[in-house]
Amino acid sequence: MLSPRLHALGTFHRQAGAVTVWSGKLHPDQWIIAAQIIQDQGGRLLALWGEDQLDETTEYRVYAAFLSESGIVLTYLSIEPHLLEFPTLTDIFPAAQRMERALYDLLGLRAIGNNDQRAWLRHGSWAEHQFPLRKDFCTNDLSEDEESHYPFHTQKSPEGHEIPVGPVHAGIIEPGHFLFQVLGEEILRMEERFGYAHKGIERLFQGQEVVAGGRLAGRVSGDNTVAYAWAFAQAVEQIAQVVVPERAQWLRALCLERERIANHLGDLGAIGNDAGLAFALTQFQSLKEDWLRDHLRYFGHRYLMDRVRPGGVAFDLEPEAVTTLRQSGQLLQEHVDRLQVILSEHGGLRDRVVNTGIISAERAAHQGLMGVVGRASNQPWDLRVQFPSCPYDQLNVRLAQSTDGDVAARMSIRFMEIAESLRLQKEILDHLPEGHIEIGLDIESVSGTGIGWVEGWRGEVVMWLRLNHGHISRCHPHDPSWTLWPALEEAVLQDIVADFPLINKSFNLSYSGHDL
Amino acid sequence: MYRILQEAWRLGKVGESLSPVERRSVTNAPGFFHHSICIRHVDAGSCNGCEQELQALNGPHYSLEQSGFRFTASPRHADVLTVTGPVTRHMRRALLETHDAMAAPKRVIAVGDCACSGGVFRGSYAVRDGVAAVLPVDVFIPGCPPDPNALLHGLQQASGDIDSKKD
Repeated sequence: MLSPRLHALGTFHRQAGAVTVWSGKLHPDQWIIAAQIIQDQGGRLLALWGEDQLDETTEYRVYAAFLSESGIVLTYLSIEPHLLEFPTLTDIFPAAQRMERALYDLLGLRAIGNNDQRAWLRHGSWAEHQFPLRKDFCTNDLSEDEESHYPFHTQKSPEGHEIPVGPVHAGIIEPGHFLFQVLGEEILRMEERFGYAHKGIERLFQGQEVVAGGRLAGRVSGDNTVAYAWAFAQAVEQIAQVVVPERAQWLRALCLERERIANHLGDLGAIGNDAGLAFALTQFQSLKEDWLRDHLRYFGHRYLMDRVRPGGVAFDLEPEAVTTLRQSGQLLQEHVDRLQVILSEHGGLRDRVVNTGIISAERAAHQGLMGVVGRASNQPWDLRVQFPSCPYDQLNVRLAQSTDGDVAARMSIRFMEIAESLRLQKEILDHLPEGHIEIGLDIESVSGTGIGWVEGWRGEVVMWLRLNHGHISRCHPHDPSWTLWPALEEAVLQDIVADFPLINKSFNLSYSGHDL
Repeated sequence: MYRILQEAWRLGKVGESLSPVERRSVTNAPGFFHHSICIRHVDAGSCNGCEQELQALNGPHYSLEQSGFRFTASPRHADVLTVTGPVTRHMRRALLETHDAMAAPKRVIAVGDCACSGGVFRGSYAVRDGVAAVLPVDVFIPGCPPDPNALLHGLQQASGDIDSKKD
């Protein structure tokens, strides 16, 4: 049930589907009040985005999705074309800040009261008065150059100095800029500058058919492709009001858990490597590669891209595959257990990761952190635990949690989640229901909105979708990195510059999923 | 014995004139740069799928360095530039500056469908539909993402006959 205080603000109705969603329109005066009620009850901001609805309803809309104890609360504001303003949520949910800045860059709606009005995703390749998500966006005067001047919040001090890093980094990672202000070795301040990977994904979605949209959704952040594809499929299935065969749901969960394991293996190796323990990298990379080869052999793609699609899944498992996967899961657990002992007893590694990059539980709660980073700072959020959909409602997922909030805690969360995901894999393989793997979708004539919500390996992925006669008219994919990136700026304070790669790797956030 | 070793290893004595180094005729051997090859990687807006496969190359299954390739942090040390992603407008300048910073001879590899042609991001206002729009590309490695074997094959192609290029 939705809280009575929220009901008093407007009409909320429950949308049918796998995810519990209460949606309703709010008046701008109630925007802040509703957010405050949700925060009072321990809720969080999930995502914030906008839509050009001039053609249909002669208005712009700003949407905010919140997490409350009764599920997702999806609210929106109508904004008249001559106003182009709405009240900011940053005072209640700090995570809204960059989302609101991006909303201005892409749609030209200004959050009044947000004390940071700098451009976020727009660097200068399109003009200041142009907004890509408006229907009248003109692509004629796109500029080839150059990053416009970005006013960093620098505090010049005669003793300290600055270290600018990126967008091209030393390793094989995604593009982004970090500006460090340091005193000796200590980091006094770090400021992120993103948008380099901005590909215009949200505009690309517009007009696409569902099949093409699913492929694109699976490439918003490649390492998280299963979570995105599943969230997209959930949204489509909610609009089409179809129920996917149970076997398909179980196979989707299998993909999601295997994706989680693959990424956690990679991260544990890379964290070890950044602390100077090449042994960890070699061992974990080897385990991950074997895991990926099983993906290719039995699922059809090394990273499980396009395996989950609207209506079901694109593969089926033979009984022999089930047996082999069960065995390889058991073997992996033995290897990981042995490595966990070695890593936890390694003095050199512990020196680097314990008490490094700490986020306290209070700060984590203030910023609304979730996912691996949140759970390492005592924020017990996991959709598979609190809002389990099929098949998680039958699997009793155990929550991984730590209170320390340092790099070591984020490592131990990953170890715990590998073990839990391997247990889930075994459960899924043991009890895989018989039946079809796909249901035919007749979406040619379907219109409406839907929302998808999946606990990916980083944290929750949200996907909001509007279909118009089987074509996408608006899709907003939302990565957990939006909320988690600002926390990295805090986590590195008072640590030394040499620890930054280590802390950054323990977060391992997505640039592509954030820059869109 | 000394003569045999001299023959095999091209040993010589101080003051002796050098025998001309024979060119190797196998065009796909890394030896064409006359040294092992350093790779500088730039992500020009990929979804990070290709990065995962590039990272996998460093793992024990592929053991990239044994094949004579190594990723380097500085473009100044690099012979080969690998580029992923459709080249976002926001990454174009950083990509060109990285390429400029590399000493000639140098080669460019477009890694993945997006770098080859824009991939699923083709046609967006924010991208250039592939590396070839901003840099001369020597080798295209398609795939979404291309697996490590395809990457190794492409790297070996790029390390081949450099003299045929006007670098």
